[in-house]
Amino acid sequence: MLEIKGVSKYFYSGAGEKTTALSGVNLHLKKGSYTVIVGGNGSGKSTLLNLIAGNLDCDEGEILLDGRAIHKKPDYSRAKWVSRIFQDPAAGTAPDLTLVENFRLAAVRKDPKGLKLGINRGFRSEVALRLEQLELGLEKKLNSPVSQLSGGQRQAATLLMATFVKPDILLMDEPSAALDPKSARIVMQLAGDVIAEQGLTAILVTHQMTEAVKYGDRLLQFRDGRVIKDLDAAAKGKLEPGDLLKWFQQDLE
Amino acid sequence: MFYLTAITLGLALGALCLGIFISLRIFNFPDITADGSYTLGGVITAIGLVAGWGIVETLILATVAGMFAGTATGLIHTRMKLNSLLSGILVMTGLYSINLAILGRSNVPVPFDSASVFNFFHPFAERTYNELLTLLIIFALLVVFLTWLLKTDFGLSMRASGNNPNMARGFGVNANFIKVIGLAIANGFIAISGFLVVQLQGFADINMGVGIVILGLGAVIIGESLMNILGWTKMWVRIGGVVIGSVVFRLIISLVLSAGVDPIWIKLLTAVVVLVIVGIPGLIPSIGKRIKLE
Repeated sequence: MLEIKGVSKYFYSGAGEKTTALSGVNLHLKKGSYTVIVGGNGSGKSTLLNLIAGNLDCDEGEILLDGRAIHKKPDYSRAKWVSRIFQDPAAGTAPDLTLVENFRLAAVRKDPKGLKLGINRGFRSEVALRLEQLELGLEKKLNSPVSQLSGGQRQAATLLMATFVKPDILLMDEPSAALDPKSARIVMQLAGDVIAEQGLTAILVTHQMTEAVKYGDRLLQFRDGRVIKDLDAAAKGKLEPGDLLKWFQQDLE
Repeated sequence: MFYLTAITLGLALGALCLGIFISLRIFNFPDITADGSYTLGGVITAIGLVAGWGIVETLILATVAGMFAGTATGLIHTRMKLNSLLSGILVMTGLYSINLAILGRSNVPVPFDSASVFNFFHPFAERTYNELLTLLIIFALLVVFLTWLLKTDFGLSMRASGNNPNMARGFGVNANFIKVIGLAIANGFIAISGFLVVQLQGFADINMGVGIVILGLGAVIIGESLMNILGWTKMWVRIGGVVIGSVVFRLIISLVLSAGVDPIWIKLLTAVVVLVIVGIPGLIPSIGKRIKLE
């Protein structure tokens, strides 16, 4: 499904000093797998997501999706296959567009955007139906600008938008970190449900130990731009949040 | 009668204001190209009409020329990564020579008997009423067209690109490309104003565009403030409000001129009016919240 082959990424400071963000990372993600990535700040996990989505270019190595090399394509071309949710709930939606207009863009993620009026009664009721399942009252806000929604509502909407048309891979970069505990639970539960329902291949980057233990069927730990632990579903099942905390303490030492 | 003339001129400049609305409000791009592309539309119209072209060919050529100007600004900004203001200033400056070359000299009158967009409807005896009617019809069409465009999938991509470019790219929109197209459309609208004003006033002048971008800016902000105060947020109302803003702006200026102010001060006055409107929210936050400006 998704193959990361010898991928490296370097950053240069103003003085020309080189930092290694990712160092020859090799990964193979199976179709329908849900991989959780943990690691300290600067360990390279967000860089990996940026490289897959195309916000950054690889310095070395290649990224293959179903055998197709995608690492040289611009981010907007990769949107056909890759969907992404960010930590900032504002990042995934256009604030001045109404909720239903945001969903319309999501609905044509894979298509050319032509001179078609796509928001008709049928589309509205389709979006309303999906929003009703969230039980956040969003189905009544179809015509409100997204900027009027709360962070939790926006993140839940972003998640539905990202999966409105099934992506080949869903990238989640600390999607619950900016939310209050209740909204965080709702969003993570929703993500788990959508991933299971659609059989999505997904990657979750998180700092929340309970999330890392609860979700996903594979766990990776990153340090200094390398994968230092790779646990399969069985090994991951035996983990407790306390074990992860110990890993992090080792990180600090 | 005096105010009627102001209204017709305000309407004729309405297309310019719609263009500024597209670049400034949809793309957050303060597009100075307007000074040049407005004049470009005007000089092509004057030369075309003097040469005896039909009104449709003249309109198409003026609009397309304006779109080229916008494309140039857009490409300089997105490909060469120049700052938005600088990109516009470069194209505007270059256009001055092009406009002068097209016009041949600094001022060209349009022959009285040449084709005119104002010849189609004349139910009234009074010329100004006929002009007003023609302009109202044109603006109804432009407002409908722009409202429709901004509601299509393409228009949603335009709006998302200006509003949150990362999000737009994430949903498969080539945000840079669409910005170039958007600036082309904006400057096409602006050139249409040049086309209309030249026929309204009967001549083209190389300096007709000086400071016009500030006028458009003021009109957009007046229009939007009016609609926001009234709480009307529907897209077609916002767009129509921009044309109304243009008319209101012309009326304010006429009012001041009729009070006996020397026309020398008209540009300063325009600048001050815009400054006051843009500056109020910063000085008095309670009003700023109501009219909601950046």
